[in-house]
Amino acid sequence: MTAQTMVPGPEVQDPAQAAPPAGLTRTNRVRLLGLAGCIVLLLTALFLSLAVGSKDVPAGVLWNALTAYDGSPDHVVIHDLRLPRTVMGLLVGIALGLSGALIQAMTRNPLADPGILGVNAGAGFFVVLGVAVFGISSINEYIWFSFGGAVAATLGVYALGSSGRGDSAPLRLTLAGVAVGAVLGGITSGITLLRPQVFQAMRYWGAGTLAERDGDMVSTVAPFILVGTAIALALARPLNAVALGEDTARSLGAKVGTTRLWTVVAVTLLCGAATAAAGPIGFVGLMIPHVARWIVGPDQRWIFVYTLALSPVLLLASDVLGRIIIRPAEMQVGIVTAFVGAPVLIWLIRRRKVSGL
Amino acid sequence: MTPARSGPTPVAPPDFGHRTVVLRTAGGRFSVRFGLRSALVTALLAAVALGLAIVALGIGEFTVSVPDVVSALLGHGTGAVHMVVVEWRLPRVLLALLLGAAMGLSGAIFQSLTRNALGSPDIIGFNTGAYTGALVVILLVQGSYLQTSLGALAGGLLTAALVYLFSYKKGIQGFRLIISGIAVSAMLASVNTWLILKASLEQAMSAAVWGAGTLNRVSWDHVLPVALSTLLLATVLLCFGKNLALLEMGDDAARALGVRLEVSRLVLVVAGVALTAMVTAAVGPIAFISLAAPQLARRLVRGPSVSLLPSAAMGAFLLVASDLVAQNAFAPTQLPVGVVTVSLGGCYLIWLLAREIRRK
Repeated sequence: MTAQTMVPGPEVQDPAQAAPPAGLTRTNRVRLLGLAGCIVLLLTALFLSLAVGSKDVPAGVLWNALTAYDGSPDHVVIHDLRLPRTVMGLLVGIALGLSGALIQAMTRNPLADPGILGVNAGAGFFVVLGVAVFGISSINEYIWFSFGGAVAATLGVYALGSSGRGDSAPLRLTLAGVAVGAVLGGITSGITLLRPQVFQAMRYWGAGTLAERDGDMVSTVAPFILVGTAIALALARPLNAVALGEDTARSLGAKVGTTRLWTVVAVTLLCGAATAAAGPIGFVGLMIPHVARWIVGPDQRWIFVYTLALSPVLLLASDVLGRIIIRPAEMQVGIVTAFVGAPVLIWLIRRRKVSGL
Repeated sequence: MTPARSGPTPVAPPDFGHRTVVLRTAGGRFSVRFGLRSALVTALLAAVALGLAIVALGIGEFTVSVPDVVSALLGHGTGAVHMVVVEWRLPRVLLALLLGAAMGLSGAIFQSLTRNALGSPDIIGFNTGAYTGALVVILLVQGSYLQTSLGALAGGLLTAALVYLFSYKKGIQGFRLIISGIAVSAMLASVNTWLILKASLEQAMSAAVWGAGTLNRVSWDHVLPVALSTLLLATVLLCFGKNLALLEMGDDAARALGVRLEVSRLVLVVAGVALTAMVTAAVGPIAFISLAAPQLARRLVRGPSVSLLPSAAMGAFLLVASDLVAQNAFAPTQLPVGVVTVSLGGCYLIWLLAREIRRK
């Protein structure tokens, strides 16, 4: 039996009884239009990511490179460097945004970001161990250590925090994630501060970057991200019920424990793969779900879809900006993301009609 | 004729759900009521913290036995023992106690005000801004310890002011403040990462050591300002502390109970920020104690939410224990205490959570 979404909201058709607007858009038609607008933004971001860089490529050449590849230097740049990088940015953006939306829906805590399950801390810890103990240095090796660490940390957090009953369960999970993240982060800091060469490796990995990501890496992480996305979209309806509180959700037929389990699985897959591919990038998973909710209201189905469209926009726009600010050098995308997103966030909260947390 | 009553009829005391103790002055003018378990936990934690402090005074390259430490503290120590215990180690241990308590208090204030277990002074971006200020001084100006402290203080306060400004729109709404804090923190964190990437390896490592928070370079000069500020802020909190519990019941209930909302909130926020600023200026941003100490204390006291005094005692205990480990675990290399607070605090929280599972 599927959970019925009973979230009261602006879908009431009778104007005399319309509930107060829960988002900037009031009807599904406006939301669809907004979604079309977001997809246009996404296509623009994809285009810019392919065309702009230390050498700008005109649109005609770009089109030829994608359809009639002929080995010329421009085509090589597009095909071998920018195309994998763009696709990686798209996947990582989707993964970060959706995992943030999942976490905020499950823990009902607006300060939560995907790192709260200890994913980033676990990834960093395993990478530090890899560098310090096994001496790994190539990005391919980083990917597997990072993903393994993310999974291990999340398993630990879930085992510790999942025994909560009732409405304290999200809090227990949050605290368990904070605790495990703190321990792993502390040990990681300790190791990096005792070993200079490890510190050096970590300060570059820790910035979060999409540079030097080739097609092999994309095909390594893509399956995890696609599976995670599918699970996340399927969880949108049960999470609508969970948002009403555990007792109400159960009485509506939603399986709360199963939902929570699958949410953790999805967040691990998405955030673990994203961190493995690009290093720890914060802020996207925190900001985009808030923005999506302000536009569409509290219905998780719409929030997830808007997050899917908007988070790659933020990530790709930041990547493009990082490529042109200090040409021909690059600024890492993890650094630029906050500078692109934060002003937008602040502008949005100063609007009159924005609803509270 | 009915005989006159001899006095007011005794009324059964209300049931608070836990044992409480009431102390009254002779005329009944002043009275204070506190929970028994809460008082016991606070006293126990304070005693353990003091005991650990005395042990810490004895451990190090020059070991001093506990009786000698006690006699040195009482003023009867001889030459070398007096120098080691009172001049070298005592300021560090005293600061650990005071700063740990300050962080516990500050964390309890913010977690109570935001009604969020993840609430910490960093929601207004203070720690991140302080780190930015310190990084600018360390990496760009190559300043001294005092200049780093001032830079950190300036950075933190500017950031808090910026966050306040961004969220001010005909008054402060809670969620606007939180979101502004998140946005500004994220921007400054990016700046910090960039500065660390661009610096040389040695500079970056020394900046990272400051950023983790270290008690390595404290001396008696630091103790007096810290003690005075803590005293002042503790007095303020004594007056406004009980309003915390009332504020948690919601604005309407608190107003109905006679709490002046805006004044209380402002005073409490300023006190919380001041406590954090004092810690950051003295030893750098020590992570996690203001986050963990109130939650740990709450679980021990089994109270409905965080409370001030047990959090302070727990914070003092955590910092003294962490400093002991930081100094001696990898001797002779001294780890920054912030690294250990994060690890130890996290382990303790994990242990408590695991114990709750087994009890169920």
